[in-house]
Order: sequence, then C-alpha cells, then structure tokens
Amino acid sequence: MSAGPDIPGLVADARSAIAAAASTEEIRHVAATVSGKKSALAEASRALGAMDPEARKELGRQLHEARTEVEGLLEAKRTLIRFAELSAELAASRLDLTEYVPGTVAGPAARGHLHLVSQTRDALEDVFVGMGFDVAEGPEIETDWYNFGALNIPPAHPARGMWDTFYLDLGEPETTLLRTHTSPVQIHLMERAVLDGTLPIHSVMPGRCYRRDTPDARHLAVFHQIEGLVVDRGITFADLAGTIETFTSAYFGPDIHSRLRPAYFPFTEPSAEFEVTCAICKGEGCRTCSQTGWIELGGCGMVDPAVFASVGIDADEWTGFAFGFGIDRCAQMRHQIADMRALIENDIRFLRQF
Amino acid sequence: MRVPLSWLRDFAPFPGDAALVAATLDDLGLVVEGVEQVGEGLDDIVVARIEEVTAIEGADKIRRVVVTDGTDLVEVACGATNFAVGDLVPFAPVGAVLPGGFVIGRRKMRGMVSNGMLCSGRELKLSEDHAGLLILNDVEGAVPGSALTEALRIEPDVVFDVAVEANRPDAWCMAGVARDLAARMGLEFTVPSTSDLVTAVSGADVSAPTPAVGAPVGSLTSVVVDDRELCPRFTARVLTGVRVTDSPDWLARRLTAAGMRPINNVVDASNYVMLELGQPTHPYDLELLGGGGLLVRRAAPGEQVTTLDDVVRTLGTPGPGLGDTGQDCLICDATGSPVGIGGIMGGASSEIGPGTTRVLLEAAYFVPMAIARTSKRLTLRTEASARFERGCDPAGIDRAAERFCELLGLTAGPDLILAEGVLDVVGDVPVPLEVSVRPVRVNGLLGTDLSAAAIAELLAPLGMVSTVTGGDDDPVAVVVPTFRPDIRPLPMGEADLAEEVARTYGYARLPRRTPAWPQPGRLTAFQRERRRLKDVLCGLGASEAWTAAFVTEVDQLAAGFAPPYIEITNPLVDAERFLRSSMAPGLLRAVLYNAERRQGEVRLFEVGSVFHRLEVPTGDGPDAGQTERLSAVFCDEGDDAWSAVAAWRTIADALGLADWVLEQGPHHDPATRVLHEHRSGTLLTGGVSGEADDGRRAVLGVVGELDPTLIESYGLVGADGRPRRVGWLDLDLDVLLDPDRAARKPLESTPISRFPSSDIDLAFVVPEEVPAGSVEATLSSAGGDLLESVQLFDVYRGESLGDAARSLAFRLRFCALDRTLTDEEISSLRTACIAAVEESHRAALR
Repeated sequence: MSAGPDIPGLVADARSAIAAAASTEEIRHVAATVSGKKSALAEASRALGAMDPEARKELGRQLHEARTEVEGLLEAKRTLIRFAELSAELAASRLDLTEYVPGTVAGPAARGHLHLVSQTRDALEDVFVGMGFDVAEGPEIETDWYNFGALNIPPAHPARGMWDTFYLDLGEPETTLLRTHTSPVQIHLMERAVLDGTLPIHSVMPGRCYRRDTPDARHLAVFHQIEGLVVDRGITFADLAGTIETFTSAYFGPDIHSRLRPAYFPFTEPSAEFEVTCAICKGEGCRTCSQTGWIELGGCGMVDPAVFASVGIDADEWTGFAFGFGIDRCAQMRHQIADMRALIENDIRFLRQF
Repeated sequence: MRVPLSWLRDFAPFPGDAALVAATLDDLGLVVEGVEQVGEGLDDIVVARIEEVTAIEGADKIRRVVVTDGTDLVEVACGATNFAVGDLVPFAPVGAVLPGGFVIGRRKMRGMVSNGMLCSGRELKLSEDHAGLLILNDVEGAVPGSALTEALRIEPDVVFDVAVEANRPDAWCMAGVARDLAARMGLEFTVPSTSDLVTAVSGADVSAPTPAVGAPVGSLTSVVVDDRELCPRFTARVLTGVRVTDSPDWLARRLTAAGMRPINNVVDASNYVMLELGQPTHPYDLELLGGGGLLVRRAAPGEQVTTLDDVVRTLGTPGPGLGDTGQDCLICDATGSPVGIGGIMGGASSEIGPGTTRVLLEAAYFVPMAIARTSKRLTLRTEASARFERGCDPAGIDRAAERFCELLGLTAGPDLILAEGVLDVVGDVPVPLEVSVRPVRVNGLLGTDLSAAAIAELLAPLGMVSTVTGGDDDPVAVVVPTFRPDIRPLPMGEADLAEEVARTYGYARLPRRTPAWPQPGRLTAFQRERRRLKDVLCGLGASEAWTAAFVTEVDQLAAGFAPPYIEITNPLVDAERFLRSSMAPGLLRAVLYNAERRQGEVRLFEVGSVFHRLEVPTGDGPDAGQTERLSAVFCDEGDDAWSAVAAWRTIADALGLADWVLEQGPHHDPATRVLHEHRSGTLLTGGVSGEADDGRRAVLGVVGELDPTLIESYGLVGADGRPRRVGWLDLDLDVLLDPDRAARKPLESTPISRFPSSDIDLAFVVPEEVPAGSVEATLSSAGGDLLESVQLFDVYRGESLGDAARSLAFRLRFCALDRTLTDEEISSLRTACIAAVEESHRAALR
C-alpha cells in the first residue's frame, strides 16, 4: 500500500502561496495551482476512486477539509486584494480640491429650476409679507402637546381621528410624532411672545407636514402647508374674512374671490372652511368644482379661548385669527396637475416645466 | 350621512328646491358633498308581462321578446336572460326618457324591430343591479300597464350626502339637520308624533299606534348598573307578544334611502330611531338573556368578549395610545356574562331572531371619552359608537325609546304589550348649561353690531332658551340644551355661542375688512439667504428635487449613519420606517429615476430636514435633532468633484462669506465609504488650513465626490460599466446661514484704487501633499496690504517634475491706493512671496 498524499503539506504549501499573492492576477494563478483541476489536491481526489472503501472514506474526509480550508483562504485573500486594489484605485485618482483653476470647470448648459412647491411657497410668502406678515418656522418632530394638547385636542379625543398621525419611537408611546399640521408653530410663537412680552403676532408659517395617508392623486403622506396667525387687540372675524379675500385675489388673480362657511376645528371658534372661485370655470360651474363654482382651499377661524389659555394669553384683551391651507394643493390647482405624485417623482421633464 | 329631503320635511315645511336646501345646508356648516335624485325620470316606465321569448337567428347576445303592456303586444330585443314567460318587468316604450336623459327609439336589430326596452335596476337608477332585468313578480299591485312609480310607490326625492362635523352629534340625525335648517329658514321645527308621522307618510289615518300597557317592567326583568362613571344613564323597557316580521314599506324605504339595510321590524325600528333622533338603542331577545336581566359593569383586565361580528376582543387593559385608561364598559346578562360592549357593539347571543317574542330595549348614555378610547383601541367603529363618542343627549333617551315602541306597535302584532314603566338608572349625567353671553364679546369676535335681543332671537330656534337680561349691551342668559355638548362653559362658551349666532345669521352676511397694523412684514435674514442659496444652485444648472423623508436601514447605512435611528412606530411601508439622516439616498434615487428614462445627465439639489437621535437628552422637547441642510448631486456630463467645488465657491461668493477652508481627507471613517476618500474634503469656517483648531471653526459641510461603491449600489453605472462620478455638496444651513458662525464680509466697502496695478506670475514646484490652497494662503499673507488678488492659473505635471510634485502657477496683482507702485517695490514683494512659499512648503520657484 502506497503512502497517501501529504495533505498537511499540500495545505501548508497552498497557504504560503496564497499569502504571497499580491494582485488579482497573481491570486488567479495561485488558485489554479492550489485548487484547480491540475492541483495536487485534485489529483489526490481523483485517485480516491481506486482505493478500498474504508481508506477512501477517511482520506476523502481529509481531502474535503483541506479543500474547504484552501478555498476559504483564497476567498479571504481575494477580498483583501479587491479592497486593496479599490483603495489604490481611489488613491490614484486623488485630486487636490484646492488646486482650483478658475475657468477650467465647465459651467452648466442651462439654468436649473426651483421645485414647483418652492416656487408656490415663495409666491405665497411674498403675498403675505406684502400684507404685513412675517414668516415663522418650526420643527417637524413635535411633542403631543404642541401638535394636539395645546391646540385643544386632549389625548384620546375623537377629534384626533381627523389627523392620521405618524408616531416616533421616542419617549413614551404616542408622545412624539411628526407634526400633522403647521399649527404647532402657532403655539411656539405665542409662547415665545408671552415670554418675551412681544405680542402682537402677525405671522405666516409654511412648512412640511406628515399624515399617515396612502398617497394618491390628491394626497401625499408628506406635504406642505402654510398657516397664518394674527393675535392683536380688536381683531374680529371680519379681519379674518378680509385677509382671506385680499390674499385670494392677490395670489390667484383679481377675478378669484373667497367665501367662508361654518366648520369645526378644535383650535378655532368660530371656525370656517374657506373656498375660492374655481379657477377653471371662473365660478360658472364645471367638473373640477362639481358644478359649484367653488374650490375648497383650507380652514380658518378665531383662535379658541382654550388655545389662548394653554399659552397664557388673556382672551379678554387679545383676540386672534388663524388660517391654514395646503401649498401643494395650491400648486396642483394653479397648474392643473392631475396627479399629486408628480411632485415627488423628481422627473427632470416635470421639474423643468416650471 | 344620507339625508332624504322627504324625511327632513317631517319636521318643517321645507321648500322642494333641492339646490336652495343644499346651499343653505352648506352655509350652516352641514356640508353637502353630493346630491342624488331618486325615482326621477320614471314617469314613462310601465309594468309589462313577458309573453314569448324566442331566439334570433344569427344572434347569440340578444333574444326576441314579446311583452304585453296591458293593452298591446309589443316586440322588443333584449340582451338579458334572467326572466321567463309570465314574469313582470319594467318596460320603457318608444319615446320614453330614462333617468339620465337616454331617449328610447325604435331600432332595427338583426332583422327585427325593437319597440322599446326592458330595464335593469341600474338603468332605472333604482339599484346597483345590472345583472339582469328588474323582476317585479313580488310587487304588490304590479299589473301589466300600471305605472312603475305607482307599483313601487316611488315618489321622486332628493338625498343629500351631508358631512356632519365631529363636534355636532346632535346634527347626526334627520331631526338635527332639520332643526338647523328650520332655524336658518325661519320655519317652525317640530318632531311629529308617531300618529302624525305615519299618517303623513302612508296616507292612512293611524290614530293610536301606542301598544297596550301590561305588567310592571320590574316584574319581567332587572337592571343593575355597577359602573355609573362609564354609563351614567341606562334605561330598559320590555315589550312582550312581539311578532318579528317585515317593517312597513315606508319605513324600509326610508332606511334604504338613508343607506341602511332593512332587516326586521325590531332592528329596523331601532335603526329608524337612531337615524331620526340620533339616539342609538339596542333591542335584546329577553328570553336569551341569562337571568332575564342586564348588568352594566367595567370589564376586568384581560376579559374576553365575542362581538356580533364574531371577533374575540380582549378588554380592560390600556393600549399604547396616549390617555387610554383601559376602562371598558360591558353589558352583561344578569348572571354577569358579557352580551356586548356598551355603546359600541352587541353580542350574538341575545340577538333578535325570527322567533323573538319578548324584547328588552336598552337606551342609554355612555361617557363619550370612554367610548372613544375603547373604540379606538379595538379599532371597532359602529354607527352607535360614532354617535356615543361624540356625545348623545341623555335627555333624549325617553323620546327615542317611546318612538321605538310606537313604531314597533305598527307591525308587531295584536298581542304586543308594553310593560308598565321603565327601569331607569341615573348617575351623573350632563345637565343643561347656562351661559351668559355678552353682546360686546360676540360683536368683538364677529365684527358685527348685534343687539342682545338680536342675539337671543338668533339662538332661540336652535333650542337654546335665550333671555335678554337688560339693555342691548347687557348679557343674554342662554340655557344650552343637553343635545349640544359642543357648547362649553364660560369662558369658551361665549365663543361657541358666537359661532351659533354667526351660523344662524349667515357667514356670508358677516362683514369683511382688511386689517392693518404698524409692524412691517418681512422675511428673516435666514429665509432671504436660503432663497438666495437656492437661486445660486439653479444658476449652476441644478434643479430642486423633493425626495422621500422615510428611508430604509440600508439607505441609512449607505449614507454613513449607524443606528440608533429615529423610527416611525406606525410606518406606511414597513421597510421605510426611519427618518432620513441624509438626503444622499433620495437624491441618488432621483438621479437613477431619470437615468432609467434616458435623462440621467442632471444636477439635483434639495433643501430639507434631516434627523438624528440626540445622544444627550435636552430634557426640553423630544430627544430628536433636526437640521436643515442643502445637498446637491452633480451628475451632468463631465461632472465630478470639481463641479461641486466650483458650485461651493460660487455659493461662498454669493453669500459674501468672509473666510472658509477646504480641508481635504482622507479623514473620514473609511468603513462608511460615503465620500470618495481622495476626492472630497470638509468645509470649515474661518482659520487657515493646517493650523490648529482654535475652537471657533465650525463645519459648514462637505464637498467633493461620492464613493464609487455607494454610487454603484444605487445603480448609477456609466456606459463603460463603471460607477459614474457624482459630485457632492452637502451644507449645514444652521451654520452656513448664521452670520455669527460663518462670518460675512464686513459691511464697509473697500476703496478701489485709481492707480494702475502690476501683475507678477510665480510658478512653484510643490510636493503633491501640499495643497494648492496652502500655497495660496501663504502668498496672500506674504503679499500684505498691497496684494489685490492672487489666483492659481496653471497646474503642470510632467516627467521632469517627478511623481511627487507638480508646478503651480499663481498670478499676483499688486496695487496701492495712493500711488503707482515702483519696480523696486514690486521686486521686493516678489522676493518676499517667493521666500515665504519656499520656506513654508518645501517648494521651489520653477
């Protein structure tokens, strides 16, 4: 009986050959030598067929282990080499970014375009700035208190069903959320004004909001709203109606008007929904406005005394109004965008239209 | 809520002009979302009998049908197959107009003449059924030739789809809508007696539908209310000798018109009362109640109940929702085993069935917030729970229960007996609220000039007893009925009643004025600069994108952010449950979206919020950080790190940044591989590159190129199969747009010299590891006050210089304010500059 192949020796040889390999090319060559069809291990495997079953079993096991080990070593080395080569490639392509020679970097072929939502937001802000409002912003992650509690929507209140809320895994369950409207900014503003003694407030608050609605042609789960708040002495519903009307004609055009009808919001009383003349038919009645001549735009009302109470404003001295509506909806209406989802596709052909 | 106009007219003589009624409802805040005409355009349709059905040769979709319309035999073609000879069907003769305006003509088809049309339910707008003809065999009084409207006793009606606001439980019924409408139209509102009601709707004179009174109710059943906190009022009435049958046609038709399916006279009466008066009631089969009575108690923690919808519900344990107390009200039989969840849903065990003869009617008041909590936690909303959670009228219970008994009296058979009396357990129920309203306050809110008397007059028809206490400016004492839980006590109640005044007065009539105030409107400096920043990006050929705020874990890791992340508890898409920490994944995906449409040569930017978990809680607000950043990808043809660098330099210039530094890597964590480690750098405020951080330098952002492995993983591969080069600029706006952190150039102008300037060009051989920016900085300081500008204008690499160095050629322009510089001055400046560079950077003049 001949002595079997020196398996530990073969593995040791393979290990040192693999360790010595330093490039993709070399490792490929080594692989052929130590585990390819003509390798000593392969030869030994082929020789198994001629052996008696007992010896075959034992040697086969040893050979299998040896091959597994060699393959593992090869793969690990390949990965190392791949990373080293990648790193070398990156290093070889090094740039000194301060080595900037003016005029050598190609300028753009054409101007880029502001997103339609940004353009709409800017235009809305400009109208309100012209009417004497300043522009305030606030965080998108809010506490339950700012988004609901301070706005007269206590926990478990059925009115919470009006907003499908995304909750976050911060703090106690359902205490931290993505704001469902821009109204929390009102609370921040009023709190600060009370603290600093800087009432009155005349602000609009644009921003991103989140509601757990499956996106469709008219709704997005992430959307933009603009909210207005006036807190001053002697402010009445007449000021609210007048502000809405002035804004409507200034933004949509002189032949577009507004009307208010009763509605319910926990944070305003009296409350109203506001509608504007359908821009498609100019109030004649068409399919877009369901033959009414009017398109619903947003909600508004006089700040509820309970909201004033939660921020410590004396409702006998100060009155105020608030209103809010969707920026994306405005864009959709004005540009007759059939499907709201076009706004988040980022198709350059869409972006370049505006 | 579906509101038939004919039903509203039970309560007041409203006009038939549907458009006027709809507009008035709208203006009351009872918004009409749809108007449906029912039974209109059926005047020409008659009942016909099928006499003969034969196949038409060569036609497999239609058959020849002969019908009689009572006088003549008529031949028509028909595509339906659900009928046989002898059936009664609706027939539209030639010249008839179907609902919707379709005119029936004489038509030749397949060699025969069709003289009209046999109709389906849907064609007549009577039902949704379009599977075949409407079969009228079972309709009483349907004979060939009779008008269909007479046979079906259809009267043209209008059904309004009214959206009732969440705070108006009183308006969530026919009577409530009618009350508001009558107040606004100046009509008197009354709830008709059952006799008057039945007389009006059926034409028959029904004098006394009240059932006979029998033994005391207490001898037939028992009611124990253990928990009067959750159920402050519970009443039970018992009717015996009940025959379960169909409801009267008019009642069934009204339920159908209002969107509910008729079931049997007992269940229908309960539903009718809810739709009419807003009070849900629940009838039990008394025989099936264990112990023959009811027990109202709080559910034990973990107690299980099988509801009518055959779902096992676990009760009595608070859910994760904020404010949930886990207090659920159970209705049990007298032995204590549950038969339903109070105010939400009954159980199957005591349901009314065909064999029911003894009915226990529950009419109760449940605490609205408790119903809301239970309903939300179980995600179980029913007609009853929706009404109870908004607040039903505890004082309206008796009228509703009596109406139920009287309606049942119409059909329940001659043996029907109403047990004497009511089991009525009353705890702490809401009572009418007294609110004193100051006219000055109402006018101050509404901008009106209404007197006390005018205010009282506007409130009274809403059921609010309003008393003028003195003169025009003295308060009006208003008693708010219990069916208006939306009206709160003072101080809020005054605003609530101001809204009621405005609604009855008419919002459209309220005055308008455009307010003015002395404070100017303006954008903040931050907002103005952010707009400028976006404008600069547009000028650089980049378009603004709006990418997803919700990303996957893979996105977060790819963007170089390790957990923990801010996670959404209830995401729309499970994988996308993290708030983004970077806009890179969104922007790369947007580029890919365009690349897949053969328009991947784009530059995109986004200004938006990114989020991260705060490691150290602030104790004030959520432990979440939110920063506003600008991120841009440069993927146009030929774009690479240089495009981003050029963009940054333009931005810095446009914003008038006084000083900034680009510090190049590799000093990023290579494990994340977000940035190309040799083609990117960090942008810092102030300071000089290479100098020790003096603590005032803030990170503005990063600029350069994204790592090829990252780019490849988002599918952005060039025509050569290799990852595309993507220029990347990512800026922290809270630093960049804050002049206190990123200093701006001084306000004072720098005078411009009127004297000629002199240029000197200096080329240095500089080791590769020395950034050109450092050489430039050295030249700037060595050049001193007389140096007007310094600019790199040429870079040369070649064999003569070796691998480790390159030549950098700078143009220095010198100028003095008060004189022309002499050759000697220039020469000594040149020497100084060369010496400074050679000393500081191991460089040599070339």
